[in-house]
Amino acid sequence: MQQIINFIIRNKSFLLYLLLFSIAMVFTIQSHSYHKSKFINSANFLSGGIYNSVNNVSEYMHLRKQNELLQQENNQLKSLLYNKTDSINKTFVDTVYSGVSYKFSPAVVIKNSYASNNNVLLINRGKRDSIKQDFGVISPKGLVGIVDNTSKKYATVISVLNTNSRISAKLKKSNHFGSLVWNGKSPYLVQLTEIPKIAPITAGDTIITSGRSSIFPKDIPIGTIDSYTLDASQNYYIIHVRLFNDMTSLEHVYVIENKDAEEINALINNTNE
Amino acid sequence: MNSIVFTHTFRFIILALLQVLVLSHINFLGYINPYLYILFILLYPLKNNRVIFILVSFLLGLTIDTFLDSGGVHAAASVTIAFIRPFILKFSFGAVYDHQTMKFGNVEFGSKLTYIAILTLIHHFILFSLEFFNFYKIILILQNTLFSSIFTIILCLLTTIIFSRRN
Repeated sequence: MQQIINFIIRNKSFLLYLLLFSIAMVFTIQSHSYHKSKFINSANFLSGGIYNSVNNVSEYMHLRKQNELLQQENNQLKSLLYNKTDSINKTFVDTVYSGVSYKFSPAVVIKNSYASNNNVLLINRGKRDSIKQDFGVISPKGLVGIVDNTSKKYATVISVLNTNSRISAKLKKSNHFGSLVWNGKSPYLVQLTEIPKIAPITAGDTIITSGRSSIFPKDIPIGTIDSYTLDASQNYYIIHVRLFNDMTSLEHVYVIENKDAEEINALINNTNE
Repeated sequence: MNSIVFTHTFRFIILALLQVLVLSHINFLGYINPYLYILFILLYPLKNNRVIFILVSFLLGLTIDTFLDSGGVHAAASVTIAFIRPFILKFSFGAVYDHQTMKFGNVEFGSKLTYIAILTLIHHFILFSLEFFNFYKIILILQNTLFSSIFTIILCLLTTIIFSRRN
């Protein structure tokens, strides 16, 4: 017993080092598995508050560019609104969607990151604004990511530029669907995998969300095909998709809540059991 | 004694803020960032309580991790260089360090460069290995380590030279 205590006292700094290193390793491993980085994330009052106050100043630098983006989006929405073949004022009630199933809420990105391997963004909406895990996040131009951790006023978002992220996406013209992943290289290109060889693809085709998951509604634009190769098994394509979004300058985004998500997930879990 | 504690607390906060607000967003050539915050560990007083030093270094790494959402990679790298610092000190300064008379302000430039370079390279190698967490990306890890280290070493040397008069 005495020897054990002596050993501990003699090697206390080494043992402390081992302990702290293993704690750090646990955090690291957690951060590499999807939705598990519970303890160490920037959605807390200290880092969130600091990022928020810095962003209050720095957002003035990009006002002109962000205004143009929002104007473009307005323009697009206006053209949809007034060019509808059937008039918007018709008293037709869509019986399939009697209620609203997607709720959008605006948010501002207060910390952007795109250069590391697992990029996480921070937005200025949290539990207080009823933002929860697994809500989708999009920008005026396209897909951004999925909400991970939330605190009272802030939430972290797993960007599409994260090697852990997997989002269901499809080809607009042929409806073949696959998973959108990122290889960690360029912030402008993401990879669409698991598209069967039979699918007719050409460079320049549009990729949109498939609506197969309960996170994103379908038909949200993602990007266009930049180039493609066959994977090792020669049966599936690996498609490099050029994002519509410029992930390096994000400011105004929308958080999407699918009101039916709980019901859908419960149903899927029941069926699986 | 109190003034030393105050100086280092101040240095801790300033370096951490500088790192997370400015230096981690440089992205030179797309991905190269300096990690200047390790200067706190490099310049920590030589006569110290080793347990406290290791704890403080861990805390510094964890602070950076919290801000950058990187899990525990900075904490692991920082605590490692804090642990091995005495050996590297002995290796790069030799007899001067053994006699307990050295100060960072008046050491030879060559040995100071060795000291900073070795610790920076070790720190960055652990940092990027854990960040990529994939043995097949070893080339990418080494490439990142090399480029970021050069950036960090230059910044560390410049900072120590600029602020050396005052201390």
